[in-house]
Amino acid sequence: MPSAPAPTPATEVRRDGAAPRKPARRFDPHRFGPVIGLVLLLIAGTALNPDFATWDNLMNVLTRTAFIGIISIGMCFVIISGGIDLSVGSMAALIAGAMILLMNALAGSVASPVAVVGLGMLFALLLGGGFGLAHGYLVTRGRIEPFIVTLGTLGIFRAVLTWLADGGAITLDNDLSDAYGPVYYGSLLGIPVPVWVFLVVSVAGAVLLNRTAFGRYVQAIGSNEQVARFAAVDVDRVKLLTYGLLGVCVGIATVLYVPRLGSASPTTGLLWELEAIAAVIVGGTSFKGGEGRIAGTVIGAVLLSVISNILNLTSIISVYLNAAVQGCVIIAVAFLQRRRP
Amino acid sequence: MAATVALGCALGGVAFAADTVKLGVSIPAATHGFTGGIVWWANQAKAELEKAHPNLKITVKTASGAPEQANQLQDLVTVTKIDSLVIFPFESAALTQPVLQAKKKNVYVTVVDRGLTDPSAQDAYIAGDNTAFGRIPAEYIAKKYNGKANIVALRGIPTTLDNERWEAFTGVLKQYPDIKILDGKYANWNRDDAFKVTQDFLTRFKDIDVVWAADDDMAFGVLKAIEQAKRTDIKEVFGGAGSKTMVKTIMDGSNPLIHADVSYSPKFIYDAIKMTAEARLKGDKLPATHIIPSALITKENAKEFYFPDSPY
Repeated sequence: MPSAPAPTPATEVRRDGAAPRKPARRFDPHRFGPVIGLVLLLIAGTALNPDFATWDNLMNVLTRTAFIGIISIGMCFVIISGGIDLSVGSMAALIAGAMILLMNALAGSVASPVAVVGLGMLFALLLGGGFGLAHGYLVTRGRIEPFIVTLGTLGIFRAVLTWLADGGAITLDNDLSDAYGPVYYGSLLGIPVPVWVFLVVSVAGAVLLNRTAFGRYVQAIGSNEQVARFAAVDVDRVKLLTYGLLGVCVGIATVLYVPRLGSASPTTGLLWELEAIAAVIVGGTSFKGGEGRIAGTVIGAVLLSVISNILNLTSIISVYLNAAVQGCVIIAVAFLQRRRP
Repeated sequence: MAATVALGCALGGVAFAADTVKLGVSIPAATHGFTGGIVWWANQAKAELEKAHPNLKITVKTASGAPEQANQLQDLVTVTKIDSLVIFPFESAALTQPVLQAKKKNVYVTVVDRGLTDPSAQDAYIAGDNTAFGRIPAEYIAKKYNGKANIVALRGIPTTLDNERWEAFTGVLKQYPDIKILDGKYANWNRDDAFKVTQDFLTRFKDIDVVWAADDDMAFGVLKAIEQAKRTDIKEVFGGAGSKTMVKTIMDGSNPLIHADVSYSPKFIYDAIKMTAEARLKGDKLPATHIIPSALITKENAKEFYFPDSPY
C-alpha cells in the first residue's frame, strides 16, 4: 500500500530538474498511445476512402479541429492544475453572440469594416479572459469547487445568449462578413489561417508548460497542492491565471469560429466542453492533475475530428452507431496510453 | 356551501360558454431557432388573445426538459388552477402520465406536434405534417430535375419525427430509378454539424445536383461549405421549415442555390392556442385531430409565409 504514492514525487523531481533530462528519454510505449491511435485511424481512413488522404480533406479536418484544439490547450493547463471547466462551450457561444452584436452596432459609427472586425476580435479576447478570471476568482477566493462554478456559468452563459438572440440566431452584417471571412477561409502558404493559429497556440502552450516557472507551478499544484503551498508557490494566483488563460483560448477559438458561419445561435458550441476534456484526456493528461502534455492534447483533438470525418466519408456503419464508434475509439486510445499502477 | 356552488359552476362551464377561461401553455424553452419561434408565437398568442378576450387568462411556461415540464404541469393545475391546457410535450412517453393526471382533474387538453403515447390523455391533437415535410421536397425535386438527379441528404437528430420525414422523402424517390440518394447523415439540426457533414460529402462525391438539408438552419451551414469548396455542380439546396431568412431569400431570389422551401412553421402553436381558447370560450370542442398542412414555398407565394418580427 505505501508504495502507491511513492512514484509521483519521483517523476516530479525528474521533470523539475532541468539538467538530468536525458536519462528520462527512454522509449515509453504507453506515452505514444495517442500517436499510435491516430496513425491507425489514418491508415483505416485511407483504406476506406481514397479521398481521405487528399490535401483538401486533411486541411478541412485540421481547420475544424482548430476551435476545439485551441480550447483544449487552455483546458490542459486547468486540468493539470487539478481543476476543470465545464462552461467553455457556452462561453464560446456567448462570446460569439456578444461580439457579433458589438460589431453590428459599431458598423454604423465606424467606417472601416476591418477596424470594426479588429475591435470585435479584441473584445472577444478580453471578454474570454474576463470570464476565465471570474471563474478563477470564484474558485480561489470564493473557495467553490471548479466543477460547481463552471456548471453554474455553463447555464448562465447559454441562457444569456439565448436571451440576446431571442431564441433565434444572431447574424453578422453582410459587409462585415466579407471583411471577416478571410480569418477563417483565408490561407497562408496553402495552409488555412485557423491551422496556423492552432499551431502557434500549441507551441506557445508547450513552451509555457515545459519551459517556464509558471508551467512548473501548474504541474506542482496539480500534483500536490499542499506541498506546492509549503514550497512558497502562490497557489491562488497560479490557479487564477490558468482559468484566465483558458478564457483567452476560448476567446481565440471564437475569433476563428465566428467568420465560419457569421452567426451565433443557442446551439453554438454545444458539448464543446466534453470534446475539449476528451481531447485532453485522450492525449494522455491525467484527469487527477499533476502531469500532462500539450502535444498529446493536440493529437487527441485531431484524433477526435478524424473519427467523425471518417464516419462521414464512409457508409459502412449504421448512422445510428456513430457515437458508439467514437466512444470505442476514445476508450481504445485511453487503453493504449494507460499508466501501469 | 360557496365551494359547492363554485364547483357546480365550474363543471357546468364545460357544457355552456365559460365565464372565464384559464389557459395554461406548456412548451419547450427557446434553445434553438425552431423552439425560439415556438416561444415567440406562444407569447404573441397570449398578447393578442388576452387583449381580444378580457375574460381569458393565459399562462405560458417554458421547460428545458421533460421532468421540468412535468413539474410545471403540476404547478399549472394545482397553483394556477387552469381549466384548459395547450402542451407541446418535450417527450411523448414521459409526459403522457402527467397530462393524463391533468385531464382527470377536468382540464381540457390540446396536445401540439409531438404526440402522447396514449391518445386518451388528450382532447385534441394539433400538429404539423411531417410526412408532407419529406414528401413535398421529394416530389418537387423529382419534377424539377425530370426524374434524374444525384442527391445528398442531411438528417436531424435520430428521432421518430426524423424517421417519418426521411421515409416519406426516400419513399417518393424510390419511384424514380435515375434519382440517386448518395447518402444521408445526421447533422442534428445544427449549423456547425451541417457545415462539417457537407464538407465531407463534397470531398466524397464529385457530382451532386441537390442537397436536401431538411432544415433551414442546416441549409445555412450547407451553403457556407459549398461556397468554401467553390463547387459549381450543385444546382439547389432545399432546406425546410420556412424560417424568415430563408423565406426572404426566396422572395428576393438572392441566392442562386435557393429556390424553394417547405413550411413547418412554429406558428402552429399560435393556431393551437387560438383555436383552443376560442372554442373553450364558446364552450365548443375541437376536432380530435387537426393537421396543419405543410406547403411548398416558392417565389410566388413566399410573401404569405414571411413573418419579419418572429425570431425564426
